[in-house]
Amino acid sequence: MGELVLQTDSLEERKLREALPNALVKAKVHKGELYLCVRREQIREVAALLKNDPELEYRFFSECVGVDYSRWEHERDLEGRFEVVYNLLSLKLNRRVFVKVAVDDGQKVPSLVPVYAGAEYPEREIWDLFGIVFEGNEQTQRFLMPDDWVGHPLRKEYPLGGEDVLFAGGERGPAVEDIAMPHAGESFEGKTGTEEVSGR
Amino acid sequence: MSQSNPPTFMPSTETVFQRVGENTMVVNMGPQHPSTHGVLRVVCELEGETIVKARCQIGYLHTGMEKEAEYQQYHKCVVMTDRMDYLNANGNNLAHALAVEKLLGCEIPKRAQYLRVILAELSRIASHLVWLGTHALDLGAMTPFFYVWQQREMILDMFEMMSGVRMMPSWIVPGGLRGDMPEGFDKKLLQFLDTFPKELEVVEGLLVENPIWKERTYEVGVLTAEQALDLGCSGPILRASGVAWDLRKTQPYSSYEDFDFLVPVGEKGDVYDRFLVRIAEMKESCKILRQAIEGLPEGDFRTSDRKIAPPPRHELDTSMESLIHHFKLYTEGFRPPVGEAYAAVEGPKGELGFYIVSDGTNRPYRWHERPPSFMNLKALEVLAVGRLIADVVAIIGSIDIVLGEIDR
Repeated sequence: MGELVLQTDSLEERKLREALPNALVKAKVHKGELYLCVRREQIREVAALLKNDPELEYRFFSECVGVDYSRWEHERDLEGRFEVVYNLLSLKLNRRVFVKVAVDDGQKVPSLVPVYAGAEYPEREIWDLFGIVFEGNEQTQRFLMPDDWVGHPLRKEYPLGGEDVLFAGGERGPAVEDIAMPHAGESFEGKTGTEEVSGR
Repeated sequence: MSQSNPPTFMPSTETVFQRVGENTMVVNMGPQHPSTHGVLRVVCELEGETIVKARCQIGYLHTGMEKEAEYQQYHKCVVMTDRMDYLNANGNNLAHALAVEKLLGCEIPKRAQYLRVILAELSRIASHLVWLGTHALDLGAMTPFFYVWQQREMILDMFEMMSGVRMMPSWIVPGGLRGDMPEGFDKKLLQFLDTFPKELEVVEGLLVENPIWKERTYEVGVLTAEQALDLGCSGPILRASGVAWDLRKTQPYSSYEDFDFLVPVGEKGDVYDRFLVRIAEMKESCKILRQAIEGLPEGDFRTSDRKIAPPPRHELDTSMESLIHHFKLYTEGFRPPVGEAYAAVEGPKGELGFYIVSDGTNRPYRWHERPPSFMNLKALEVLAVGRLIADVVAIIGSIDIVLGEIDR
C-alpha cells in the first residue's frame, strides 16, 4: 500500500483513508474544528467506523443539520444542492468531528438510525423542513409542521410567510420572497424603504 | 392546502400506529395534559396498564425561528434565542453569542466573560428550580412548588435589575453584554447566595428521604450510559447515568476554567438519580457564582471592536467616528467572514449549541440550534416501554423538557 496523502494532520482522517479509501472526498480544519466530507453512499460505514474504532470512539451523536446551498455564491466542499452535517463527539478524545454529505433532490441519504438511535428525530426534522429523504427512516407524517402542510419551508426558494390564513377561506398572508429586500421579514407589507440600502 | 382534503389539525390516534394488537389499546396523553409540560402529545399503546409502545408527537409550538433568522441581521437573531428555551434564556443567548463570535473571531474581555457566567449560572438555577417544582407537582408533592417559585422570583428580580426584563433579557449579545452590572447587583447576589442553599435544603428535605417520592422515582426509567450516549442525551440525564461529561469542564468556554466546581454524577440512571444530580448541580452553581462575583475583574463589558459592539454613549456626542459606527452597527449590523461555526455550552438541559453558516452578508445563511430537550425527548420513547402509565409522568418530568426549544 502506497503512502497515504493526508489533507489534515488528524487521526480521524488517517483511519478513514486506511479503512475506507474511497469514502473521503475532502478533509479540512476550519476554525479549529475537523470537517470530513464523505460520499453519501458510505455515510453509514463511516459513522460505524468512527463509533467503533477503539482509538476514536465517537460514541456521542450530537445532532445532524441540513443546509440548503442552492443560493450559495462561494466555494464549497461538496457538490450537490443540500448538505447534511453530522456532529459527532468523542468523549475519549474530547473532540468533535463534523461529517458532511451532499445530496440532491431525488437522492437518498442512508439513515444513521442503525448506528446511532438518536439520529431518528433530527433526520425526521430534516425531512420535514428540507425534504431530504433518509433511506431506512422514510416518513409519511409531518414532524414539526402541521399535518396538511405542503412543501419544505427551510428550502431557500420557499418564501417567508405567505401561508394560508386559517379559517379565512383560502386567503393567503403576506410573503417575503427576496432575502435581500430591506426589512425582509419585519413588515407586514413586505416592502419598505429603498431596495439599494441594506438596513434602515 | 389542497381543497380536496379538509385540513386536520391533529392526526387521529389510528394514524400513529398502523396496527393495534388484539389485547392492546391506544391512549392519548396531551397535547393539553397538565403534566406533559407544554404541548407535548404522547401516544401510548397499552396492554392493561403497561406501556408497549410510546410515540411523541411534537410541533404544536413550531414557529419557524430557523427560517425567520435567515431574514434577520445577527444582532436581531438574539431575541429569538431567548424564546427557544424560555427557562434558560441567558444560556441560549450565550451559546448564540459564542457561535457568532467564533465566526467573527473576536475576543471578549474577561469581565464580560465573568458576567456571562453569572447570568448563565443564575439561569441554570432558575431552570432547575422550575423543573424541581413542576416535577414534584406532577408526582403529587405540592409544597416544593411554592418554595422554589419564591427563590426563582429572586433570580428573576436580579435579571430585571440587570437588564430590565425578567424572563427574556437578551443581555448577552455577540461582542459582550448590552450593559454593565448595575450598582448593588453584587450585594443582592451575595445575599441570595447566603439564603438560597438553606431554602434549597428545606425543599430537598421534603423529598430526598420521602418514602412516597422514592416509591415513585426509585429505579423508574433507568437509562444506561450506553443508551444515553447512543440517543444523544446530554446534560444531567447523561451524568445521572454515570458519564462524567460536562462541557464546562471538558471544553471550557467563557472562562469556566477559572472556577472550582464539581460535576455531580449518578450511578443508576433512574428518575431518582436525575433528581439528585440536578439538586447537586444547583449547589455547584452557587459555588461558581460566589467565585465569579468575588473575583470579578475590572474592565470593559464588551469588546472594543466598534464593528461588532457599539461605542459608549458619551462618545456619540463628541466623536463623529463613533456616531458612524453606532449608525452602521444598528442599521447594517456586522458581516462575519464566509464560513461555518458550531459552539456549544452546557445548558441546564444538556448540550446547547448553535450551528451557523455565514455567506459573508449581515444575515446568517443557515442558523440552527442544537436543542438539548429535542434530543433528550427520544429517551422517553425508550424509557416508557414496559413501565406503568403513571411512570410516564415521572419520566417526562425527569427528562426536563421545554417545548419551546423542541419545536422552535
